[in-house]
Amino acid sequence: MYAFDIERPTTIGDALSALGHEEAQALGGGQTLIPTLKQRLAAPAKLVSLTGISEMKGVCTADDGSLCIGGGTCHADVAAEAGAYPALASLAGHIGDPAVRNRGTIGGSLANNDPSACYPSAVLGSGATVITSNREIAADDFFDGLFTTALEEGEIITEVRFPVPEKASYQKFEQPASRFALVGVFVAKYADGVRVAVTGASEGGVFRWAEAEAALSANFAPEAIEGLSVDGSDMISDLHGSGAYRAHLVAVMTRRAVAAAG
Amino acid sequence: MPKDGGIGASTKRREDVRFLTGTGNYTDDINLRGQAYVHFLRSDVAHGKINKVDTEAASGMPGVLRIFTGADFEGVGSIPCGWQVTDRFGEVMQEPAHPVLAQGKVRHVGDPIAAIVAETYMQARDAAEAIEYDIDELPAVVNMKDALKEGAPKVHDDLKNNLCYDWGFVEENKAAVNEAFEKAAHVTTLELVNNRLIANPMEPRVAVGDFNRSTGDSTLYTTSQNPHVIRLLMGAFVLGIPEHKLRVVSPDVGGGFGTKIFHYAEEAFCTFAAKALNRPVKWTSTRSEAFMSDAHGRDHVTKIELALDKDNNFTALRTDTHANMGAYLSTFAPSVPTWLHGTLMAGNYKTPLIYVNVKAVFTNTVPVDAYRGAGRPEATYQLERVIDKAARELGVDPIALRRQNFITEFPYATPVAVEYDTGDYNATMDKLEEIADFKGFAARRKASEAKGMLRGLGINCYIEACGIAPSNLVGQLGARAGLYESATVRVNATGGLVVMTGSHSHGQGHETAFPQVIAEMIGIDADMVEIVHGDTGNAPMGMGTYGSRSLAVGGSAMVRATEKIINKAKKIAAHLMEASEADIELKDGAFSVAGTDKSVAWGDVTLAAYVPHNYPLEDIEPGLEETAFYDPSNFTYPSGAYACEVEVDPDTGRVTIERFSAADDFGNIVNPMIVSGQVHGGIGQGIGQALLEACAYDENGQLQTGSYMDYAMPRADDVPFYTVDHSCQTPCTHNPLGVKGCGEAGAIGSPPAVVNAVIDALQSGGKNVTHIDMPLSPSRVWDAMQG
Repeated sequence: MYAFDIERPTTIGDALSALGHEEAQALGGGQTLIPTLKQRLAAPAKLVSLTGISEMKGVCTADDGSLCIGGGTCHADVAAEAGAYPALASLAGHIGDPAVRNRGTIGGSLANNDPSACYPSAVLGSGATVITSNREIAADDFFDGLFTTALEEGEIITEVRFPVPEKASYQKFEQPASRFALVGVFVAKYADGVRVAVTGASEGGVFRWAEAEAALSANFAPEAIEGLSVDGSDMISDLHGSGAYRAHLVAVMTRRAVAAAG
Repeated sequence: MPKDGGIGASTKRREDVRFLTGTGNYTDDINLRGQAYVHFLRSDVAHGKINKVDTEAASGMPGVLRIFTGADFEGVGSIPCGWQVTDRFGEVMQEPAHPVLAQGKVRHVGDPIAAIVAETYMQARDAAEAIEYDIDELPAVVNMKDALKEGAPKVHDDLKNNLCYDWGFVEENKAAVNEAFEKAAHVTTLELVNNRLIANPMEPRVAVGDFNRSTGDSTLYTTSQNPHVIRLLMGAFVLGIPEHKLRVVSPDVGGGFGTKIFHYAEEAFCTFAAKALNRPVKWTSTRSEAFMSDAHGRDHVTKIELALDKDNNFTALRTDTHANMGAYLSTFAPSVPTWLHGTLMAGNYKTPLIYVNVKAVFTNTVPVDAYRGAGRPEATYQLERVIDKAARELGVDPIALRRQNFITEFPYATPVAVEYDTGDYNATMDKLEEIADFKGFAARRKASEAKGMLRGLGINCYIEACGIAPSNLVGQLGARAGLYESATVRVNATGGLVVMTGSHSHGQGHETAFPQVIAEMIGIDADMVEIVHGDTGNAPMGMGTYGSRSLAVGGSAMVRATEKIINKAKKIAAHLMEASEADIELKDGAFSVAGTDKSVAWGDVTLAAYVPHNYPLEDIEPGLEETAFYDPSNFTYPSGAYACEVEVDPDTGRVTIERFSAADDFGNIVNPMIVSGQVHGGIGQGIGQALLEACAYDENGQLQTGSYMDYAMPRADDVPFYTVDHSCQTPCTHNPLGVKGCGEAGAIGSPPAVVNAVIDALQSGGKNVTHIDMPLSPSRVWDAMQG
């Protein structure tokens, strides 16, 4: 790890001004950034820790019934407190291990947009809104390929607002070594239709599987997607599975998610 | 002897108190006054010519004491290889030099180019980035068969080619074996890979070198399974330090699994640099470095053929193996695919004719050497897989086929040069059938199928050669060392004992099990015995712990030394009781005169030895301390039968282990709990190899599995609760305890059972899959199911 300065602001305003300095980098739970620093793969001059900002923590229900999660809320707290959205709580409760879940935050995960992370599928699959320090971004506009998002320099995710679906389930098939999602599928059924978001699989990061959404909106049953498939040539191919295997798993995990959602 | 402390008692491990409360003393816990830190700049290319390593700018960086490169080790010895194999043409193996720091070329990712010693570790790392080096990347050889092709890039320019040796065993039998194949009623052929593994002990390697200017003595603290071996190899062959000026200490060691047997460049460096700088020098491996600098294991590519007659008797076995040596010869690397592998190819079966061919190959990868089982898992895997395949081809029961071909009479001389002293393979198979509940399998399969899962049952047998090893035999086979073990038993005046042993405990529980043996022999409480190990400064020259040898060889040395103690103590007791020595009996910690009520306590005798006021000084010396060296007359041959039941998810290819049962014959057992623990750990590693672990390189020699993100270690939820049984006991005939060793059995015996079970499951689901190479990851199983 290279030497760096660290600031621990307690308000969003202080955090933003700290991030205004050149080469400043926001630090959430540090579950990706700290290992990266340890390997000397990043050299920010200043880290701005967001963990001391209490207004960015916690889970609550908004007037319109949607579930609001502070950007600095750790996975363990979401698992414990997001009972109003069981599929989301379950997803949070199965990220990494207890150490990861007690440090890692939803904002950090989304800002990093790891192609194998769990949260992006929930945000995209729920059509959630990412609320930042200066605007609101619809999930469909937020994710922008591998490790890239719509966030601007110095912008902080302060909250994520999830409309609560009628039914939902997240099914993760774990990569055997890292236990990140080799393929993870988040299915959510709303009054106006079904959303299906897939993580882990695609070269382009988290994506919505439109064909499955249409089929499931017509008939929310596992057999509704029989015969549908995603293109294996767009999927990641590595030591842990070919593109064809991942494409196959997308369909399997989607069926299982629909079955589990009931 | 109360059975809560002697032989046969499941005494709780006394060492666990410190291990579990964070009070162990590991090498990294050792910090010496004035200690400096070294960081190794390692090659990021697999093969390259070093044009320049410019350390000038880096040397001026804050805290830097000195930067060493290969040039600093001109005239210093090469990291030695401890075993010389002679090939099938009578030529000795090709043996390249292995400099402490790379000279001229780098030969694998991780090969050290320079070593930066600084006041702090971070300063050393900072300075490493300021070293300007220029390396011309050369084409790398990674695949063994490619490495042997005409015109392939050479890993070592001064060798003829990349072939270390071409070994045939037994060469004289080759023609007869081939003839038997021509006459066979059936031949089963299988091509398979024994996957390359990285041991990943919980504690990474650490070395601390120290030099005492006033005495001229060097000390190395290191994470080793065999400090005396390191003292000999490093002192005599690399640095030219005689044993009496070099002390090697291996304190608590957090797992070895073979990879901490070997002498490594970092150990020599720290010892050398401590003297050069007149300061202690410490190196602590990062986990990332461990992946590219700890010796790897396995990595065999094999074709095996089994010939059977019309009655399904095995008539001949023929194998052709390529064994990866990596870029340099690690300490015992050449012995693993030869004498620890070829000699086991008879397995539990009376196959009369066997021929084994092994080509050992240099590649631009990390050196490969012994890993838990070392050669024996490779032998067992191919043999037990080809037998299973033969049973399927012939449509016979795989257990019946094995039983039909079992060796049943002992001693049994195999056609591959070893003699099994005892065993009862039908007994362990009978026990397995009982504990694994084969009768209930059909119902369990039906239940799995009702959930949409495929269920399979796989079994295998194994035999291993442990208690390594008779020195005169291994000397003939090319070992450059003896393989005896030593023990000094020191009895203190008040009756307590300290045993200094050359065996090294790095998880095996010696501190608990060894005292149980002595407690039983003398009839005292095991708490009166302390085991001291891991320090050449106090233990007699010993050979360390590997090859399931500690109790069979080290324990035997301890028994011999204790026998000497008892004999002398009887003389003292006879004197004290004015009786004849021949009439003295030792029982429950007291000496008595046969047929009388006269007795003296153990403590009275030990006190007399050190306060010899009333003592037979004309006959014997005062004091009570004895040393014994024990050299076994044969290997020991633990054996057993294992069964694995799996479920395979046909939608995803994911395999889960539902049941695993092991029936082992380890001969006599000192501590059944520790034995069960050893078997559990071994099976866990075997399941890791079978389902999860694989070290992968790309075609350029880049390590693709350089962290736990891609290298899958088994975790608690990857393994089931095991059913283990070691009640089948045919004691070893040639060591005083009748013990055989249990450390490696689980890792040797489990991979074929897992793979056989998965094949069984897939075939039950109508999939025509006859083999899948390990690890049977979900994607590999799914790929195989697609046909």
